[in-house]
Amino acid sequence: MCFMLPRLGPPLAIAVLAGPILFGLAGTILPAFGYLPALGETDFTLAHVEKLAVQPGIVMSGLISLAAGLVTTAVSLGMVMLFVAGWAGTRIFSRIQHLVSPLLSVPHAAAAFGLAFLIAPSGMIARIASPWLTGWERPPDLLIVNDPIGLSMMAGLIVKEIPFLLLIALAALPQVDLLRTRALAASLGYGRIAGFLHGVWPPLYRQMRLAVFAVVAFATSVVDVAAILGPTTPAPLAVRLVGWMNDPELSMRFFASAGALLQLCVTAAALLIWIALERLGAAMLRRLRRSGLRFRRDAWLRRAAIAAMVAVAITVLAGLAALAIWSFAGLWQFPGALPETFTAKTWMKTAPRLAAPLSVTLIVAALSTALAIALTLLCLMRENETGRIAGRRALLFLYLPLLVPQAAFLFGLQLLFVFTGGVASLPALVLAHLTFVMPYVFLSLSDPWRAYDRRYEAIAAGLGKSRSATLLRVRLPMLSRAILVAAAVGFAVSVGQYLPTVLIGAGRLETITTEAVALASGGNRRVIGVYAFLQMLLPAAGFAVATLVPALVFRNRRAMRV
Amino acid sequence: MKKLLVAAAAFAAMTLQALAGEPDPEKWQEVLADARGETVYFNAWGGAENINAYLEWAGQELEKRYGVKLVHVKLDDTANAVAKVVAEKAAGRGEGGTVDLIWINGENFSSMKRQQLLFSPGWAEKLPNWRFVDVENKPTIRTDFTIPVEGLESPWGMAKLVFFHDMAHTDPASLPKSAQDLLAWAKQNPGRFTYPQPPDFTGSSFLKQVLSELAADRSVLLKPVNEASFEKTVAPLFSYLDELNPLLWRGGKAFPQNYPAMKQLLADNEVDIIFAFNPSEASSAIANGELPATVRSFTFPGGTLANTHFVAIPYNAAAKAGALVAADFLISPEAQARKQDPQVWGDPTVLAISKLDATDRARFEALDLGVATLKPDELGLALDEPHPSWMDRIETEWKRRYGAAN
Amino acid sequence: MADQQLFLDGVSIALNGRVLLAVSHRVEVGEVLTVMGPSGSGKSTLLAYIGGFLDRAFSATGKVFSGAEELTVLPAEERHAGILFQDPLLFPHMSVGGNLLFAIPPSIKGRAARSALVQEALEGVGLAGAASRDPDTLSGGQKARVALARVLLSAPRMLLLDEPFSKLDAELRSQMRELVFAKARTSRLPVVLVTHDEADAEAAGGPVIRVGQ
Repeated sequence: MCFMLPRLGPPLAIAVLAGPILFGLAGTILPAFGYLPALGETDFTLAHVEKLAVQPGIVMSGLISLAAGLVTTAVSLGMVMLFVAGWAGTRIFSRIQHLVSPLLSVPHAAAAFGLAFLIAPSGMIARIASPWLTGWERPPDLLIVNDPIGLSMMAGLIVKEIPFLLLIALAALPQVDLLRTRALAASLGYGRIAGFLHGVWPPLYRQMRLAVFAVVAFATSVVDVAAILGPTTPAPLAVRLVGWMNDPELSMRFFASAGALLQLCVTAAALLIWIALERLGAAMLRRLRRSGLRFRRDAWLRRAAIAAMVAVAITVLAGLAALAIWSFAGLWQFPGALPETFTAKTWMKTAPRLAAPLSVTLIVAALSTALAIALTLLCLMRENETGRIAGRRALLFLYLPLLVPQAAFLFGLQLLFVFTGGVASLPALVLAHLTFVMPYVFLSLSDPWRAYDRRYEAIAAGLGKSRSATLLRVRLPMLSRAILVAAAVGFAVSVGQYLPTVLIGAGRLETITTEAVALASGGNRRVIGVYAFLQMLLPAAGFAVATLVPALVFRNRRAMRV
Repeated sequence: MKKLLVAAAAFAAMTLQALAGEPDPEKWQEVLADARGETVYFNAWGGAENINAYLEWAGQELEKRYGVKLVHVKLDDTANAVAKVVAEKAAGRGEGGTVDLIWINGENFSSMKRQQLLFSPGWAEKLPNWRFVDVENKPTIRTDFTIPVEGLESPWGMAKLVFFHDMAHTDPASLPKSAQDLLAWAKQNPGRFTYPQPPDFTGSSFLKQVLSELAADRSVLLKPVNEASFEKTVAPLFSYLDELNPLLWRGGKAFPQNYPAMKQLLADNEVDIIFAFNPSEASSAIANGELPATVRSFTFPGGTLANTHFVAIPYNAAAKAGALVAADFLISPEAQARKQDPQVWGDPTVLAISKLDATDRARFEALDLGVATLKPDELGLALDEPHPSWMDRIETEWKRRYGAAN
Repeated sequence: MADQQLFLDGVSIALNGRVLLAVSHRVEVGEVLTVMGPSGSGKSTLLAYIGGFLDRAFSATGKVFSGAEELTVLPAEERHAGILFQDPLLFPHMSVGGNLLFAIPPSIKGRAARSALVQEALEGVGLAGAASRDPDTLSGGQKARVALARVLLSAPRMLLLDEPFSKLDAELRSQMRELVFAKARTSRLPVVLVTHDEADAEAAGGPVIRVGQ
């Protein structure tokens, strides 16, 4: 009976991954052309698109989004590539990997706040260096945060995308024979980085490609980071979109839908340009290969790569430290490097108001993660039953929610939920989160699941154990650590969700993240410090549980440690 | 038989209740009874922690006294709540709406009134605590941005545009006394002034302040925008802003997103002059350790904008009785006095102190308004808010000129 | 359930239409049938087919009987085909005793009776008192013996050996061979051994089928 369930796994997973996107896109694209029967409009028209085209600053907004997508991806991918090329397999590599990996669980908004607190003219760096070094008695009038071309926004995205791409690269590394290829290239006289580029990078990149596309799509359409660090005159497209969607005028719904369509086009354009850049890069690599240049003296570049990685980690960690200090600050005037007084007042005043968003955060994260784990396990069990491993097409489905810009389909989905009365309901919010949690849980759990030695199951069957007993008493316990880690990843993803929560929760269901971003506009650094600190603490707690529970339960089982 | 009778009576009671439909503030005991157990979703701007904390307190009191649960839905723009009601109307959700109470005035009130999205007929003047409201001396309580209120929203607090500076950094003698003066001051002190980016309401208010000061004929502003003369009327405003923009903080290339963000700029000594729509805001900020104790207030002798902010109930609110009870509680002398305390929020009351009994009067007299708060007679003249249609047009024009680098 | 001969009735296994092996043989109780072949010859698929966990990529025909009962119509867990792989594959999340308890059929009830069986089985492979140990702290030879004790405790109908000695060093290997074959004989089990090591076949002393040549 319970073994009929895995059969349902793949169709359910596809429904969870693709359903909201298809409905959402339909709900976005049709109104863009004037079709929204609920408002009595059924005539197709280009009027809304035309109105969008003459909106002040629309070209600039689109260009900023496009540039953010490409620059963020190129810089973070380049840094990860150089770092892996120069150091993979060394002890220092694994040390830095341990420094960078936790950054993955820091929600984007928290990292962005931290960066803003660091680099603003009145931020930590300026405070520490003033006035003894800079002579600044008051903050210089420099446009750093919210700069018009979005450099600080890109920096904020880069420090968060590097840990993501590094993790993806690490997951793909075992499938390329790095060490032997490196030895071979070295024996031919190639520098380490050049040898890597010629021998390892092409197959490694092929494995990472969808994840890289996801970074392009994310960076072109991000809302929270852009709202915190991005330009405001004009703001990037996705930020303006959210504003339009909330406009009281009904006609703005059509206009906002047209904007969402533009967002879709901008992301698609960024992906196409990226694919063109891939071709260009491959061609350059081929030319380089034909030239036979060895690039033996690459020590400086390798050192630069490691310095950049360390800088990224330190930036995020220092930003988070600055957040923590602000949350305990009394009056803290420029250029004081530390507050004049410390006080727990902010925490005490904020604490009573944390309970509600905290419980919504925890409930939604727990439910969406549990569902994602269950669904993933069903799919993986189905894989074992059919003997067919989910291939490229399944992978595309998994990446779908990460490739289609959130802003482009969540509006339509919100409209759908409004008309079905589901908006601001917990199930709708859990479902919306599930769409984004599912890919990460699946990607995180599928490798350990597939790497499992199935002879254990043959042995259990030979011992006369039923399939469910084998699953419950052998396979799941043996994979408990992997399952908990996948759950922690899913939990962190859910905690960090901003736009789905804002739109589907409709302001009635608030999480720590939506509260934090809402407060961002208020500029109260102390309270932002409290929320962002919590935002970072929750995923960290998730990973701590995922590490500690198996360690405790299996404290006398050496082989379960790994 | 007896059972049947009881059932019939229960059924009749249910029908009656259903027929009774909307709560009637004239029958306050029934309103209180209906309200018990209701949850009121209060959609209010959530960008300032002191206000959030005040609402937290109000919620606790409402729960304790009337069994009404108040949930603060924190908005970054009141327009979002209006949009929700609009969307619900579009979806045919004529009752059981998700917004029960909105913090509102001006443009958003005008828009909701025009689209008939408000609970009517007028209810505000029938609330028990209305008898304390100072309608005689505060004309903006019955006329919101030139729009007649007609009891469709209940006053909550008074606002007047007031400027702040830090004595430790700026000499009080050098401060500007008018918009023109401010431009001259900015030339002397480039990069030391800014305003929140319109359509933030504090930022838009600055534009209206300048417009009101510079307009050749102030009375046109009290009528809806006249397309034929719009350009001419606003020309002085935009030539002023053209001159001011490069002199602003960050050269006018970035703006703080709202008042609290601008307040942080004063705290960080990034700017010298800021302004708020609340005369005791500086004292509150000092009390909360957000601004140094050397901050002081000033206004323009020629007058600054003044208005009232309100709470309104959407026509489809799910908890109208609860919303009425909440609105009434918010204008109770106790809630108003607490709100005016700069340690809490510092928002001036809508009540007439003279109408209160001795105990309640004492609550107000006990308030220490703080060193940075001007006395009522120092606040200067009050300028009327222009008709809401001006706001929209000026914001659009502003966005085109300074908000987009096309 | 022991004491039944194993009958491979026209078993033939193919991959992509190419026949890897074809066997028809009666394995008597206490007898060891050795299937010899180089690695990659598909000899292990025979054990997978008997045990009921053959990969779907292979196609197989023929029947397998234990005594009069046809196994090939039964699911894997009802075939009671005890198997030993070249790795001991002790369940790492259970203690040594836990591994053995897990193997004892549910028909044996009562905690005392079950743990008595565990003690007895451990003594039988020379590991008395190891029940509470973490399997990962055992030596390679000890692990192999626990694996043997575990499979025997499950009251199998037969023993399937998939190169179980190949990862042991020479000395341990011959000890282990003797132990396994002796236990199979005393438990009166038919045994199928798959190996590429001639010494295994010699030690087994039974009929030998060569595949993949």
